[in-house]
Amino acid sequence: MAQTDRRDAPGLPDFSLLKRLARDQLIYLLEQLPGKKDLFIDADLMSPLDRIANVTTLKQHEVDKLYKVELKPVVSVSDQLCFLIRPRIQTVKWIADVVKSDKAVGRFRRYKIIFTPQKFYACETVLEEQGVYGDVTSDEWEFYLLPLDDDIISLELPEFFRDNFLEGDQRWVTTAGSALRLLHFLFGPFSKVYGIGRCAKMVYESWREQVEDGEKKAQNPDIGNVFLIDRDVDFVTPLCSQVVYEGLVDDIFRIKCGSVEFGPDVTSTDKSLKVMLNSQDKVHVGETQRKKEIWWEKQRKKKRCGMDIKQMKAFVAEELKGLKQEHRLLSLHIGACESIMKKKTKQDFQELLKTEHSLLEGFEIRECITYIEEHINRQVSMIESLRLLCLLSLTENGESYGIEHLLSFANLRQIGLLVEQQPGETLTVMESKVGKLVNDKTAGKLTDAFSSLAKKSNFRALSKRLMLIPKTGEEYDLRVPRDMAYIFSGAYIPLSCKLIEQVLERDGWTGFEEVTRMLNGHEFAVTGPEDSKYPQRIILVMFLGGCTFSEISALRFLGRERGCKFIVLTTAITNSSRLLESLLDNQG
Amino acid sequence: MTRAKPEDDDWNSSKIHAFTFDDDDDEFTKLKESKRAVSSILVDDDDDDDDDDDDDVEKVSWSGEPVGSISWSVKETASSIRSGGEHGFPKINTAPSLPKQGSGYSLSSLFKASTRVYAPELRKPKSECKVNSPCSDIILLSMDKLLLLDEAVSAHDGNVITAVLIYLKKSLSKEIFFQELMVREIALRHYVHYLKEMEEQKTLVELMKLPFSQDDAIHVQDHYTLLERQIIIEATDKKGEAEIFKKFPRKASILNMPIITTLYYSCFYHYGESEGTFSSPANIRSTFRISEKQYILTALGARAKLKSWFDVDSLFNTKNWLGYTKKRSPIGFHRVVDILQKNNAPVQVLKDYVSLIDDAELKLSLAQKYKCHDIVIEMYRDLKDRQQLIVYQGKVERGSHEDRKIDQLLGNMQIRWKN
Repeated sequence: MAQTDRRDAPGLPDFSLLKRLARDQLIYLLEQLPGKKDLFIDADLMSPLDRIANVTTLKQHEVDKLYKVELKPVVSVSDQLCFLIRPRIQTVKWIADVVKSDKAVGRFRRYKIIFTPQKFYACETVLEEQGVYGDVTSDEWEFYLLPLDDDIISLELPEFFRDNFLEGDQRWVTTAGSALRLLHFLFGPFSKVYGIGRCAKMVYESWREQVEDGEKKAQNPDIGNVFLIDRDVDFVTPLCSQVVYEGLVDDIFRIKCGSVEFGPDVTSTDKSLKVMLNSQDKVHVGETQRKKEIWWEKQRKKKRCGMDIKQMKAFVAEELKGLKQEHRLLSLHIGACESIMKKKTKQDFQELLKTEHSLLEGFEIRECITYIEEHINRQVSMIESLRLLCLLSLTENGESYGIEHLLSFANLRQIGLLVEQQPGETLTVMESKVGKLVNDKTAGKLTDAFSSLAKKSNFRALSKRLMLIPKTGEEYDLRVPRDMAYIFSGAYIPLSCKLIEQVLERDGWTGFEEVTRMLNGHEFAVTGPEDSKYPQRIILVMFLGGCTFSEISALRFLGRERGCKFIVLTTAITNSSRLLESLLDNQG
Repeated sequence: MTRAKPEDDDWNSSKIHAFTFDDDDDEFTKLKESKRAVSSILVDDDDDDDDDDDDDVEKVSWSGEPVGSISWSVKETASSIRSGGEHGFPKINTAPSLPKQGSGYSLSSLFKASTRVYAPELRKPKSECKVNSPCSDIILLSMDKLLLLDEAVSAHDGNVITAVLIYLKKSLSKEIFFQELMVREIALRHYVHYLKEMEEQKTLVELMKLPFSQDDAIHVQDHYTLLERQIIIEATDKKGEAEIFKKFPRKASILNMPIITTLYYSCFYHYGESEGTFSSPANIRSTFRISEKQYILTALGARAKLKSWFDVDSLFNTKNWLGYTKKRSPIGFHRVVDILQKNNAPVQVLKDYVSLIDDAELKLSLAQKYKCHDIVIEMYRDLKDRQQLIVYQGKVERGSHEDRKIDQLLGNMQIRWKN
């Protein structure tokens, strides 16, 4: 959430335009199939679509019934079927099946596929091979950018990370380039582009080739500088537990497209409720957020684990009483806090954070390993254990402490099933996945995943050189945060954000050769045509592979400090769970 | 399209021209038209016939006509590689530059050939088209096909790379195709991903069988060896004649189980067999180069489950240089205790291992946890902590052996208690 800032801070461009553009184009496409039609929407597109065009709008353009794309036979009786999908082979195969089964019973319908943001050739091949190419029409809905907040724009492509970094598939490079192109066209021209990472370079090149003469606006640009950064430049930050509020909520409840669904345990009713977590959410205004953070920090520091709900309720009621009219939202947030604390207390959040901070610092590693071992043994949460192992692996520069532990615990669990089944004990899907992987030592797929993550990780050295761990001389006062470490309770400055800060300060990478070497190179800094009027203080940062709420908070802080504004453009919002799930899904 | 909303007029007239439906003002439409003009020059034949879509639709689609899309995008990429940079931003070195062999064919003409291969299938109903009719106009040399692939890779566009791969798959023999893929890592990754998505497991397996590296070769070898062994073991064990199979009937077959699972199985059902037999743990351990740690962990789990405490004991016995037996473990003894406890080992057994724990604090806490009273008492005595001993006395049964032991210690005048 954007907060109140210095009066001399530059204003942000209005990104709601992006939504209007997308909506209008979608409507136009829908009208190309005149008459009543049923619309099938890809699950991943439902939330984004919600932010662009609501059901009323769709119905106004002759959309009759809405269905979610599910890979099973359709029950629709409409004569015209429209499919709004991401260009996935599996989905296209399913559509082909739908067409073929209609044909088999002699049913005639019109079919239209709207690929978004673009169509891939492989999808066309599928239609051809299935013999339905001539029976469907297809279009592209160039919906690249979804504003999630005043200063956050998402491509809503969570698959970007897995496809690009794990599968080595460059299919989305052009997409990212196109997204940049659109922003460049609407809010540019950009003056300077900095970047680091192999994908960043490719996206830059793609953008460069897509932009052509005559597309440039003559007017005053709204965005001056651009920074492109690959997710794999910094894996450590997204693996850390988040303590900023949205980060916490995301970790526990999963925020989707800037809103989160709170279940009955939070709403204290029998219904779930969707809440927008951004500037439109009036509870998060100015001081409120910081107060919440401070209070949260205070609570965490208390030795006793039992959180006093009464105290918290009192705090929220008292300190935030100016916002009486938002009482309902407030109570929702209280409910969320309660839920968070229930979960976190159970896992002894404090101990966990202490271990993480030690790992980041490289301090008392033996104790950390013991903690992780116990965490695994207690079998509290497998994905948490995995996360800690990854963090250990990365911060210790790829030493394989992790594998053996995983081998032992997952081992024992899975093997138990072979000989004797404990009553009522079944492996969770995750556990069997991990079990399958870690047990086969020579396949060692998880080892590969670990190694690819941790390969040439120079975290320790980078941390020293960039001073990512603030000195623990005095108590870190969160009320007056002095650097970006505040988003991790003063323990660690996110590597990604530090890099951005430094490069912008130096206006490039000169003098930073040591650092870029440790990051495996692929850095660049280029300047476009000279324009003295360009807005130096508005910087677009593009995260290729995902960005966390913690990083967003850090950049917002940096912006406030420096009197500039960061616009975060990301392929998707991510966190440790999503990152690890990509990793595990990939191996399955 | 109806435009009743006033805001449309507003932003149509504003500086933003990105998307209007007025042909005249639309810069994008102009662009598209010029692109189509370019496409139509180079891809003559396909233009008219493939136009299944409305004209209106083509305005919004970047790809122009469907078949032309690949030719268009590859052409565009090719031409922009050549031109590029008019807006002032420099090119950066993204990948090692390829030696361009100066083939007589331009990329567009190479693709002209491919579109001819596809075009017939599109226009005619399936029954009529000759699916395997070779392209008669241009027969591409393999060299040029691969050049196409390399150009696609240097354009960094995964969509195009995959498109070229699909084409090559159809027009190259498998041997040559695989051979060339093996030396092109980026192309290979795209192809593997494509196969995964298309669920063409068979081809994937064939591809994976290729020896990409020494490690892979070993891996494949191991995999086959394991399966061989499992088949042999399965054949005998299935009959379930031995006593142990009656007491602990198998729930599943051993076939296709991972190595560690197989080891566990072997430790469970075939423990103690000589290294000569395929089913023995010793044999599996050496064949698959299993680490000591892993072996002990697995064997411990299996023997503990069977409550064979004697076997568990033997796992940790080593002879030191003087010839005395002593216990050591590559995994901490606290881990051993944990595993034993999970298998309901009696306190008698547990205490032997608790006493072997190095770390005093850990030892004390585990001893208390598992009620190894003797150990606790001894530790408090060693720590000379009278208070704690008194407290602990409250936890043991009155009149028991431990109770008396504590009494004895508390009464001992020789001990210089610290509290």
